[in-house]
Amino acid sequence: AHLDLKKIELYEMGWNLKDGLRECLVAAAPYGGPIALLKGHYRRSPSARPQLEIYSSSGLPLASFPWKSGVVKQLGWTVSDDLLCVQEDGTVLVYDLWGGFKRHFSMGNEVSQSQVLETKIFHSPYGTGVAILTGALRFTLATNIDDIKLRRLPEVPGLQEAPSCWAVLTQDRQSKVLVANGSQLFILDNTACTPVTPPGLSPQASSIVHMCVSFSYKYLALLTDSGHVWMGTSNLKEKLSEVDTKIKTPPKQMAWCRRPKSQQPSAVVMWDGLLIVVGECKETIQYHLDDDSVLVPELDGVRIISGTHHELLQEVPGACEEIFKIASMAPGALLLEAHKEYEKESQKADEYLREIKEQSLLSEAVRQCVEAAGHEHEPETQKTLLRAASFGKCFLSNFPPEQFVSMCRDLRVLNAVRDYTVGIPLTHTQFKQMTVQVLIDRLVYRKLYPLAIEVCRYLKTPEYQGVSRVLKHWACYKVQQKEESDEVIAKAVSVKLADAAGISYSEIATKAYESGRTELAIKLLEFEPRSGEQVPLLLKMKKSPLALSKAIESGDTDLVYTVVMYLKNELNRGDFFMMLRNQPVALSLYKQFCKHQEQDTLKDLFNQDDDHEELGNFYVKASYKDQRLEARVALLQSAVDEYYKAKNDFSAKTTEDEMRLLRFQRKLEEEKDEQLVGFSLQDTMTTLLSVGLHKHAEQLYKDFRVPDKRFWWLKLKALAEKEDWEELEKFGKTKKSPIGYLPFVEVCIKHHNKYEAKKYVSKVTPEQKVKAHLAVGDMEGAAEAAIERRNESEISTVLSRCSATTDHLLMERLNRAKATAVKK
Amino acid sequence: MASHLFCGRVNLNILREAARKDLREFLDKCSGSKAIVWDEYLTGPFGLIAQYSLLKEHEVEKMFTLKGGRIPSAAVKNIVFFVRPRLELMDIIAENVASEDKLHPRDFHILFVPRRSLLCEQRLKEKGVLNSFTNIDEYILDLIPYDGDLLSMESESSFRECYLESDQTSLYHAAKGLMTLQALYGTIPQIFGKGECARHVANMMLRMKREFAGSHTQILPVFDTLLLLDRNVDLLTPLATQLTYEGLIDEIFSITNGYVKLPPEKFAQKKQGEGGKDLPTEPKKLQLNSAEELYAEIRDKNFNAVGAALSKKAKVISAAFEERHNAKTVGEIKQFVSQLPHMQAARSSLANHTSIAELIKDITTSEDFFDSLTVEQEFMTGVDTDKVSTYIEDCVAQKDPLIKILRLVCMQSVCNNGLKQKVLDFYKREILQTYGYKHILTLKNLEKVGLLKPQSTMRNNYPTIRKTLKLWMEDTNEQNPNDISYVYSGYAPLSVRLTQVLARPGWRSIEEVLKMLPGPHFEERQQVPTGLHKKRNKPVILVKSA
Repeated sequence: AHLDLKKIELYEMGWNLKDGLRECLVAAAPYGGPIALLKGHYRRSPSARPQLEIYSSSGLPLASFPWKSGVVKQLGWTVSDDLLCVQEDGTVLVYDLWGGFKRHFSMGNEVSQSQVLETKIFHSPYGTGVAILTGALRFTLATNIDDIKLRRLPEVPGLQEAPSCWAVLTQDRQSKVLVANGSQLFILDNTACTPVTPPGLSPQASSIVHMCVSFSYKYLALLTDSGHVWMGTSNLKEKLSEVDTKIKTPPKQMAWCRRPKSQQPSAVVMWDGLLIVVGECKETIQYHLDDDSVLVPELDGVRIISGTHHELLQEVPGACEEIFKIASMAPGALLLEAHKEYEKESQKADEYLREIKEQSLLSEAVRQCVEAAGHEHEPETQKTLLRAASFGKCFLSNFPPEQFVSMCRDLRVLNAVRDYTVGIPLTHTQFKQMTVQVLIDRLVYRKLYPLAIEVCRYLKTPEYQGVSRVLKHWACYKVQQKEESDEVIAKAVSVKLADAAGISYSEIATKAYESGRTELAIKLLEFEPRSGEQVPLLLKMKKSPLALSKAIESGDTDLVYTVVMYLKNELNRGDFFMMLRNQPVALSLYKQFCKHQEQDTLKDLFNQDDDHEELGNFYVKASYKDQRLEARVALLQSAVDEYYKAKNDFSAKTTEDEMRLLRFQRKLEEEKDEQLVGFSLQDTMTTLLSVGLHKHAEQLYKDFRVPDKRFWWLKLKALAEKEDWEELEKFGKTKKSPIGYLPFVEVCIKHHNKYEAKKYVSKVTPEQKVKAHLAVGDMEGAAEAAIERRNESEISTVLSRCSATTDHLLMERLNRAKATAVKK
Repeated sequence: MASHLFCGRVNLNILREAARKDLREFLDKCSGSKAIVWDEYLTGPFGLIAQYSLLKEHEVEKMFTLKGGRIPSAAVKNIVFFVRPRLELMDIIAENVASEDKLHPRDFHILFVPRRSLLCEQRLKEKGVLNSFTNIDEYILDLIPYDGDLLSMESESSFRECYLESDQTSLYHAAKGLMTLQALYGTIPQIFGKGECARHVANMMLRMKREFAGSHTQILPVFDTLLLLDRNVDLLTPLATQLTYEGLIDEIFSITNGYVKLPPEKFAQKKQGEGGKDLPTEPKKLQLNSAEELYAEIRDKNFNAVGAALSKKAKVISAAFEERHNAKTVGEIKQFVSQLPHMQAARSSLANHTSIAELIKDITTSEDFFDSLTVEQEFMTGVDTDKVSTYIEDCVAQKDPLIKILRLVCMQSVCNNGLKQKVLDFYKREILQTYGYKHILTLKNLEKVGLLKPQSTMRNNYPTIRKTLKLWMEDTNEQNPNDISYVYSGYAPLSVRLTQVLARPGWRSIEEVLKMLPGPHFEERQQVPTGLHKKRNKPVILVKSA
């Protein structure tokens, strides 16, 4: 196995460091992130404060300020590009990449008591973690600094002084510490300290002096005092290789330099002025370093930052090797050659193409060129490879274009962010791992809004997650610019964000409010289409009338209720009512609430509005809740008063009637022991008649001016019910019945008294005669009446009731009459 | 099964499936065995979405009705409340939670239907139980697929809330529901509407559309037009007695959430030898929807045409059973047998509907029904609407059911654009004296919502509306209808006429009439993503506010 490496210069550093990186505490974030330097850190003179400086990967200054806090033991970056400064006392200070202080947290009492000896900042799927080795030689760990849960790891047996080296591993969803004490290795997890032995570690070693874990936590490299580098899996189950560096001095830094899916392990060890890459074979590759440097491990290589340069050391990717290897016959290489010839208008192009096609490898060739282009940093080389791929594609039918198209897009974006002015030297592999989303976040974080938007547009990221999100961040930044006026900012924001979909103006407004600009916040909230989002902030800003009208605008009644209830608690009653008065929608909702929850408040509301009609109704309702008659009548009296005030005479009069009726019922109940209170007038009269209190019923009939018709019906039915036929007959004769006499006939029949019914048949009006006769079953009479009236439909009715067997003659007569009736 | 949802022009099963998916997801969120405590009102609407079997698949082992005190003991891990966001229900839940056995605590969850409410959560907080809930979630159930051509909010009190209590919560739900519908079936390009509430719903929809801007649905619009109509634009139709088969079932036995309860006597299993020995006492519960072939055929027929349809069907079925005598070969017999389940289902369906039709016929042939219908039709044709109706007077005297009286009086008022003060006061006094003074509030409420009103100085414009929109049709063909007026044997529902005119030739032709009806009329267009423009001939959907 042969290790092929390439070292690419990423940037000539833009910074101007007098002493290079000497005497600096340095931290560079992975994925081409920013670099932090704490200069003058080692001098420790009380007069000169150290200087904290932050740069982009290309060395452009982002921030610089004198360090005024405690002694810093370690710098490190979080996954979201925040700077962590771990102090001796275990306090961790968090800064953004512009040097703005964000917050601080402590690693616990114990750490602050025994002080920090060493610390490591690590990344895992759970976020960014901090591991600390204290002066008491104990480890304390926080796996995620955004959700700090401190864990103190068990003691390492026999540890008398600081361990020779240690590292943090993520295994089985847990962060663990691997510690070397001399030649002994231990794994520390939450509960135990387990001694481990790396399989096949060279026996010459008496001590492990350095170790490093790969980016993916899958591999581990150990450097022994004998100068051997042992490489294996981080679970210590498998040895991959062991190489003698032949250098016995302890190195400055060691890092894995391996691309994902690479066939072989490789690690980089750095001493002063020397860099050695070790792999599977015995030979090592050596590089000379001019200057103090720092290694930054990446997913697919190692970056080397020195005082003047920034380089990337990588295994040569398979595709590139195939194509660019001297005298390569790989399909990609041939295709590249073919294209070159084609450009020269040489017929050799055809020969090369033919060669590839004969082996049916053209699509493979295109794929190789596209893939290789992705790994190249030089735009010219990228172009050459992509042109070759495109050329090859012409000779293929049905070749899926996606890979080619997306590679072109990705490269354009990558070239843009790799630019010196931006300084994010991402490789294609890293970019794919990181995702566009995160890249956009990073650009936004660096306030590179226009570029971020360009990228979103170019990659056609859905507006919601792309352009809109960037604009929102821009706006949040914009509103914090103190020097500009509210009007100018609001205008600028609205103009820029006008067409962008799904913008959360309330988030921007919240930012404005947090920076003390309430007026601006209100202005911005005006643009927020989601009222639901406006309301909480408006309440927070004590803009309750506005909050209320926004809630109403939204149509979401629950939101209106929320504001109303908030106001109810905030304001005094008078002000609260006044505010509701101006908002009818809120008022009616609140009334509904009161109806179910606070009856008394409801009354107050009606009173306030002089709503006498509703007050009347309120008392009426209340009267039904009271059992005592006096109370009921009193409440009804209040209702009457209100109804008069409301000029509703009808309601007032009928209510007075009800009071009169109640009193009457009560009196009669006492006198006659008959259950009456609460009955309707009709039911009262019915009851009275049924128990024979005719006089009293008559009195009600007169007093309450009951229409004759209804009273006659009522009395008729009541008497029939009682089967008081005598009284009924008398009643029928008192005067001419206002309901006619057919009801008499029918009611008698209903009570199965044909004899009584017949008495009234003669009194029935001519129009109803037929019906009356039929009711009592007098077919002859019915026929007679119908024929006399020469009414065809009546004749038909009678006919339909005749039975063919018994009424034969009658039917003949009727049929004859019908015939003449029809003729007429 | 939801076969009834496939039969219309739009596959409404998509909506039902989406609702079922949400339900499953929520149930799985509360992992382990669970008991559901139901706000009783919700069981009906939920029945249209999912049966017990679905709940059971997701470890629902017990169901209780929400009531005060302690929840009955059940060996389950979770207690899930399915409730509407109402304060009074929160008080009951708080009581339930507070009286839970402290030794065997169970996990509590709330599912608010159709929406979470801050107000309710605040109430739970005040009662000190908010933190007892592991999950508080909402189940958005606004428009429920009711049948192949009908979505319903199953919200019976929304008319009352909107017009009497000025509480427009249900309109918010309607707008939200329409947004959900558009998320599933594409943006509806045209919105027409008439009435204050319709305007409000449309405004909210347009507003919500802006809120969701950026998350465009890339779905080909299924619906072409949305028509929003306020109930108070057409108060007449619900007052009139329905005369279709389904309408009469509803009038007489009332259909709730797709089910009807029928008197059991008619449905007793007739077995030989035990003539009527054990008559069932429980009402017979039947589900009514288009999944039942026969019902789908006759539901919308005028009742007078149902008899013929039933007897025709009877002949077809008995002919099909006769086939068995013709089946000679094994193959033929096998085929006959394979059809047997379907035929038997058809036969039992026929038996059910024949019984129902008989029950209805007893009523529709009564003199009383006829008289009442005559008066209704007189009102609708504008006969004697300005004076006291003797018929109503007689009905009051007989103390007929109050609802019947109120329907007639309101109808007269609507058809006369209000009643003369004297007439109105007379009716009101009659009602108060007969049915009790307490109905003074009932009457006031009817006046408040406009079902009953005194005549204003404005002239009665009902006749104009009736003539322009052809609300009354002579010579309606009940057997083979060619006009919608067949459903009320002469009266064509106003809202249907508005829809017809909108479809052709457009509302511009009836501007005058639209002005006479309450509330604004409007038209809105919604941008449809390019490339998703419509094909011709899409269904119109109709939504009313009550």
